[in-house]
Amino acid sequence: MADNVKPRVRAPRSTAAGETHTLKTLISHPMESGQRKDSDGNTIPRSIIHRFTCEFDGETVIDVTMEPAISTNPYFEFEAKLPGAGEFVFTWYDDDGSVYTETATVEAA
Amino acid sequence: MNIKAFLAVTGAAALVASGALAQQTGPDDDRLVVNNEIEVVTDAPAPDHMEFVRTIYSGWRFRSDETQSLQMDDFDNPAFVFVDQAIDDWNAEMGANGESCASCHEGPESMRGLRAELPRWDEDAGEVYTMEMYVNECRTERMGLDAWGWNSQDMRNMTALLASVSRGLPINVATDGPVRAAWEKGKEIYYTRFGQLELACANCHEDNYGRMIRADHLSQGQTNGFPVYRLKQANLVSKHNRFRGCIRDTRAETFSIGSPEFIALELYVASRGNGLMVEGPSVRN
Repeated sequence: MADNVKPRVRAPRSTAAGETHTLKTLISHPMESGQRKDSDGNTIPRSIIHRFTCEFDGETVIDVTMEPAISTNPYFEFEAKLPGAGEFVFTWYDDDGSVYTETATVEAA
Repeated sequence: MNIKAFLAVTGAAALVASGALAQQTGPDDDRLVVNNEIEVVTDAPAPDHMEFVRTIYSGWRFRSDETQSLQMDDFDNPAFVFVDQAIDDWNAEMGANGESCASCHEGPESMRGLRAELPRWDEDAGEVYTMEMYVNECRTERMGLDAWGWNSQDMRNMTALLASVSRGLPINVATDGPVRAAWEKGKEIYYTRFGQLELACANCHEDNYGRMIRADHLSQGQTNGFPVYRLKQANLVSKHNRFRGCIRDTRAETFSIGSPEFIALELYVASRGNGLMVEGPSVRN
């Protein structure tokens, strides 16, 4: 597992029905591309987060396939129109099989 | 004072004085408020010891709007990834007898104000002390640990955390008393031309700030934003690393990180920012 992986999420605390909110997520991760070599000339194996999803009460908000060219500490900012109170689940899938999850509860305004 | 009006006056004066055309010169007139909460003053009258500069500007004012906006919200500021790691270190019971930073100092907020005064004279040690030296003194004297490398990731993370709690406080570095000798030495280095290109710090950051050096918009080289998150490195950069980079770019043999020369230079350059506010960890190109 990559070191110091820490998801960070900014989601609204409360919402009215039908309101649109901006969400921000960032996860600290080296996103090693697999293209680099170490000082001895050996290839450093690829180790990236290859998928990121966001769900709201089980419904998909966004589902992203990530490629090696995406830089370190990937950041996503996107919008969601919320039907009302509920819970966001953010999930990052690492090449090494690790899954990082963060949740954010949204209350009714 | 109305900053925009003030800049309009100084800007007009600069145009008349230099006969410059309408190209990108000088700082912009944006205002820095971090997290909609911390008002950071990014220009100030130059301290009395500066003979050739009237107004000092934070490097933030020389960056593009996109880069500036990254620093206006801690969530957007990539440096806070590293600050988060430092908070983990702060609370980790890593000392020989289970001490942590927190067990003596409580929260990192207790360090508020320290960043604004450093480097300063340390009476017990009898020398000029920087943040890195205080951190390592705690580690070796009180926690029974090895010193962190001056430029190690752990150290840069910790100095970023300790800077972040002082944001919005004015830089106030002493220039006389016991630090005077080091300050004079730093000033001499600042005005000495180094390297095959024969460039002193002052040639770029005093004589030509606001102008373009190839694709780069020269700032005054203020250190109030350090440690900075540099986009090109995707990591925190310490003051001494930046000094080394600048001197290397003059094609000189550089002083080494943590050397007495760089500590003296750090003190002198910090004193050129007296009146600006702590911004670190800031975001720069």
